Amino acid sequence: MKYMMLIVSDPDAADRPSDPAVDPVEDWVAKHDGSGKRLDGQRLRPPESATTIRRRGGELLITDGPFTETREWIAGFDILECDDLDEAIAIASTHPMSAAGTIEVRPFWPYEG
Amino acid sequence: MSEGAADEVARALADALAEQRLRIVASLIRTTGDWDLAEDVVSDAAERALLTWPRDGVPANPAAWLTATARRRAIDVLRRAQVERGKLAEVAVIEELSDDYTDPSPMGDDRLRLVFTCCHPALALEARVALTLKVVSGLSTEAIGRAFLTSEATMGQRLLRAKNKITHAGIPYRVPTDDLAERVDGVLAVVYLVFTEGYATSARSLADEAIRLGRLLVMLLPDSDETRALLALMLLQHARRDAREVDGERVTLEHQDRSRWHRDEIDEGAALLRHRWTVRGPYGVQADIAAAHATAPSAAETDWPAIVALYDELLDIAPSPVIALNRAVAVGMSDGALAGLAALESAAEDSRLAGHYLVAAARGDLLSRAGLHEEALIALEQAIELAPTEQERRQLEQRAAELRGS
Repeated sequence: MKYMMLIVSDPDAADRPSDPAVDPVEDWVAKHDGSGKRLDGQRLRPPESATTIRRRGGELLITDGPFTETREWIAGFDILECDDLDEAIAIASTHPMSAAGTIEVRPFWPYEG
Repeated sequence: MSEGAADEVARALADALAEQRLRIVASLIRTTGDWDLAEDVVSDAAERALLTWPRDGVPANPAAWLTATARRRAIDVLRRAQVERGKLAEVAVIEELSDDYTDPSPMGDDRLRLVFTCCHPALALEARVALTLKVVSGLSTEAIGRAFLTSEATMGQRLLRAKNKITHAGIPYRVPTDDLAERVDGVLAVVYLVFTEGYATSARSLADEAIRLGRLLVMLLPDSDETRALLALMLLQHARRDAREVDGERVTLEHQDRSRWHRDEIDEGAALLRHRWTVRGPYGVQADIAAAHATAPSAAETDWPAIVALYDELLDIAPSPVIALNRAVAVGMSDGALAGLAALESAAEDSRLAGHYLVAAARGDLLSRAGLHEEALIALEQAIELAPTEQERRQLEQRAAELRGS
């Protein structure tokens, strides 16, 4: 099964002590690229570089900034190929942003072919 | 058909379902991955039994009959779906269903897989509770809704969402290996929540279901000390059910008529605790506290120093301000009211207990036992003001009235 890990920033992260259970991001990437579990992934530039696009009433609206104003924002993503949710959770739980932020794991929803 | 024969069929069916329903459902979920199908074909098989057993007689092995009928029905349903959708994907499933499956190890027991999946931490707690009661215990959606004071429709939605999440998010049907102890704790939390919900709402059927689940888990997880301790704890607490309420009013442990406690359940709980422990967890300590109360002839003759020591142990494992409060009450019984007051004041320093009526109520009791009646009255009046429910207020007012009269 394919899962998307959404990496969410946490503005309060600096106040928390570091957690020894997580790996440095380079090690994490190398490990799961090596095992074939991580198919892709990237950091994303922060929300001030976002552009939001909407079509409303036949009109194209282009605005500066993210689609929603929150303190947390999506800082990156990884795409995993896992046997099941437990494996995806195990992999996500050693990503450094599980301690320094929040990780949301979502299954892909493929079109029935 | 005579009434006696109808009774015999109903009893044979109830026994066969009690013995086999969970095994059939659990094994069909593993082979088909279809939760609704698994539950439906067992209901179908039960209906068929009600039709054919009165005519043909109860089969020699009713449980085996149910299993075979449910499996055949599952194969029929899958075949039909195959034809309708022109799909061949289920062939392997049907072949596996046609074989007799026996699993050698208890950890490979499908019932255990089912329990861990129903209690998976990726499901909301209320969904875990609902799913466990529905699929493991076999309660109806309507009965679960009633127990949790919600409609059948709402409960049905909750169950549907949970089953969809299992399928769509890929929650595995498996006994966890890496984090087994943690996951067992999660399962026990669900069972204890069912039990305490039964306590809070006086829905005894829920407490009974929780104990039934506890027995099942002790059988499936024979090496888990905390599982054994939880069953003991529930038995010891449930044994007091008939003494906890008189004429609709709650009776505190101290004043309960101990002859109304269920001795057999206390004996069973205490026997479970005579055991060589490898893991000492919160359920083990709480069960020991419950056993110390349940085996004492009266409140005065209770081994209070032992209870204080157990509370100290519990505070070490699972610190909580409410446990510190209970410990202070036990200190009051063990070392006298003044020592209890000192322990209470130190527990009450925790900000989470600020404004809690139980602190004021305990203070009132300890002060009155120390002979400080005026101060006790002030504390009780404060507790009355803070009490969250009418019933608690009435009880506190009664205590205050007794104090004024003395």
